[in-house]
Amino acid sequence: MVVSADLLNAMLQTDAYLSDLLKQSQTQTIRVRSEISGWLQELRQKAAYEVAHQQLPTRRDEEWQFTDLRELKAIAFQNPPAVNVDRETLASFTLPEARHSQVVFVNGVFAPELSDLTGLPPGVFVGNLMGLPLEANYDAIKYIAHQDDATEVFTALNSTGFPDVAVIWAETNVTVEMPIHLLWLTVPTPNPALIQPRGLVIADPGSSLTVIEQYGVAIAACADFTNTPPYLNNAVLEVFTRDNARVNHTRYQRESGSGFHIGKTVVVQDRDSHYTTQSINFGAKLSRHHLNIWQKGPNTETYLNGLTLVDHAQVSDTHSLIALNHSHGITDQLHKCIVDAQAHAIFSGKVFVPQAAQQTQAAQLNRNLLLSPQARVNTQPQLQITADNVKCTHGATVSQIDADELFYLQSRGINAEQARDLLLDAFAAEVLDRIPLPSLRQRLSQCVACRTEELFV
Amino acid sequence: MINPNSNVILSVKNLTANVDGTPILKGLNLEVKAGEIHAIMGRNGSGKSTFSKVLAGHPDYEVTGGEILYYGENILDLEPDERALKGIFLAFQYPLEIPGVSNLDFLRVAYNSRQKALGLAELDTFDFEDLVIEKLGVVQMDAKFLDRSVNEGFSGGEKKRNEILQMALLEPKVAILDETDSGLDIDALRIVAGGVNQLANADNATILITHYQRLLDYIEPDYVHVMQAGQIVMSGGKELALKLEAEGYEFLEAEVTA
Repeated sequence: MVVSADLLNAMLQTDAYLSDLLKQSQTQTIRVRSEISGWLQELRQKAAYEVAHQQLPTRRDEEWQFTDLRELKAIAFQNPPAVNVDRETLASFTLPEARHSQVVFVNGVFAPELSDLTGLPPGVFVGNLMGLPLEANYDAIKYIAHQDDATEVFTALNSTGFPDVAVIWAETNVTVEMPIHLLWLTVPTPNPALIQPRGLVIADPGSSLTVIEQYGVAIAACADFTNTPPYLNNAVLEVFTRDNARVNHTRYQRESGSGFHIGKTVVVQDRDSHYTTQSINFGAKLSRHHLNIWQKGPNTETYLNGLTLVDHAQVSDTHSLIALNHSHGITDQLHKCIVDAQAHAIFSGKVFVPQAAQQTQAAQLNRNLLLSPQARVNTQPQLQITADNVKCTHGATVSQIDADELFYLQSRGINAEQARDLLLDAFAAEVLDRIPLPSLRQRLSQCVACRTEELFV
Repeated sequence: MINPNSNVILSVKNLTANVDGTPILKGLNLEVKAGEIHAIMGRNGSGKSTFSKVLAGHPDYEVTGGEILYYGENILDLEPDERALKGIFLAFQYPLEIPGVSNLDFLRVAYNSRQKALGLAELDTFDFEDLVIEKLGVVQMDAKFLDRSVNEGFSGGEKKRNEILQMALLEPKVAILDETDSGLDIDALRIVAGGVNQLANADNATILITHYQRLLDYIEPDYVHVMQAGQIVMSGGKELALKLEAEGYEFLEAEVTA
């Protein structure tokens, strides 16, 4: 019997496109200390093995049934050459509250000349793995890629070829009042770039951190609909909140209108810890954010807030997972989407409450606002509860701007356009108001107004 | 107060209107002059609330005939906000809750829209706050309600007071109060009625839409109209309200059909 090469490939579950991507990733130079190169080699090999035995997801995969990667697969991404960014370009990204606690990575590589860490108090390290003292390196590698979902294909791909590792590390009982701005800047290159940012945030017992993680394009702070050469940002950030630690993490994704963003945030929560996130997705042609929370001890608190704003033909997908496994956990999730034009927003939120997670309080709400007849939303709030003594609620709404609310405002002399703006602003504010930086709140609220304005032209 | 020489503010002539294709108003006539207080009473479903929404310009209500003249100008083609800026105010039967919009911001945007339309200076946040705090006295409202979202979590009475506060800020020429008294306890009713009385003057007019004669103990109407099946079928002085209270609407059947 003669078996064709295609069939053979299919039988062996190989994916030619993914193989090429893997080859690129494996040739990436990685900046770590020579002392841990053995660890790195092992990590890359294991990850490459995982990737080689998987395929890129298609819409036949349940987890990807609403998000089509065919456009991504039509592009051959390559490792980008080294690039420089001038300070003027950087200025528009700087947040006044974090002017002296800003760490910048360009195409995934630490850019010390653009970073300003002069305002940091003692007891916190911000930089890259190379800059972290050697002893701490040995500890750090115990955290990287050890979380339960590191084998997922995009995360494994990142592990085969991240160019550098961002590190934010607060020592035991250190409270860092100043917000730390982790800025991932993309400089699109003529050849479509494969960019694989990798970050590690560790809050040691009793410590407290505020992190603003931003993905931006180094052409302007607002590049939402600017056409750049296409690129793929395949980002992974691992967050460890150890006993009684607190992390407030704002994640702000603003890729260009030609960019693809596949991002993962993994959070491992030890007992009595708090993790709060504001996940803001405004950019990219196609974006997918995996937000996975793993509870490793009792009495944790987890607050997930999300705002997605998409128009034109943008696709933005948020898949969250809260895996509880201990008692007395509190989780509260609010994910909101504003969807205009032919854009498409997807939300899937899993909350697992197994037998061990007694006395859990879990709430989840997904609210979607459609601004055009062609706008699409798919929402799947999913609670899986086997524990019997818990308080859990979930829900989803999809609506247009409420005609009665509009009439009420108009009946007070506020014109239709201004009334819509007020209502949209209010819809977004419920999430934006939870961002701990006033300057960023204000900037994003202006972005919502600006992005939804064209409605009335 | 009736003054035969005062201006006609509102003149409604043979007004007909549909909701979802069903005729609700079937030839309504009403003339309101400056300084007057009118009460419109009637059973549920007689068209009272529809009339108030049509005056304010709600898009779900389709006017099929007749006219509404406001200072002689036909306003049927005007948007709700344009009518509001000209001085027409509707106090809602069920004021809407608008989560995320602070009451203070809402009041300021509304107030400044009116200032702009009148060619007057808009107030900044601080000056506006001074003004609004002064106006809170009209309805004895606590300043803490300014920082909350519009009507969110307000009790029924607080919502109605907030409506009258908006009226105090916007100083309308004709205010339509749609069942503002319904569901209020006596203290809240006194406060709301007191606010309306303070705001009524010789240059403006008030239309009270109500089920209950009780409101008219606190706000004395110059005219009482009774609506039935989409028309005003009877008009009189305030004694008409007392008669309705005493005898119910049944006596109408006989008189109207006779």
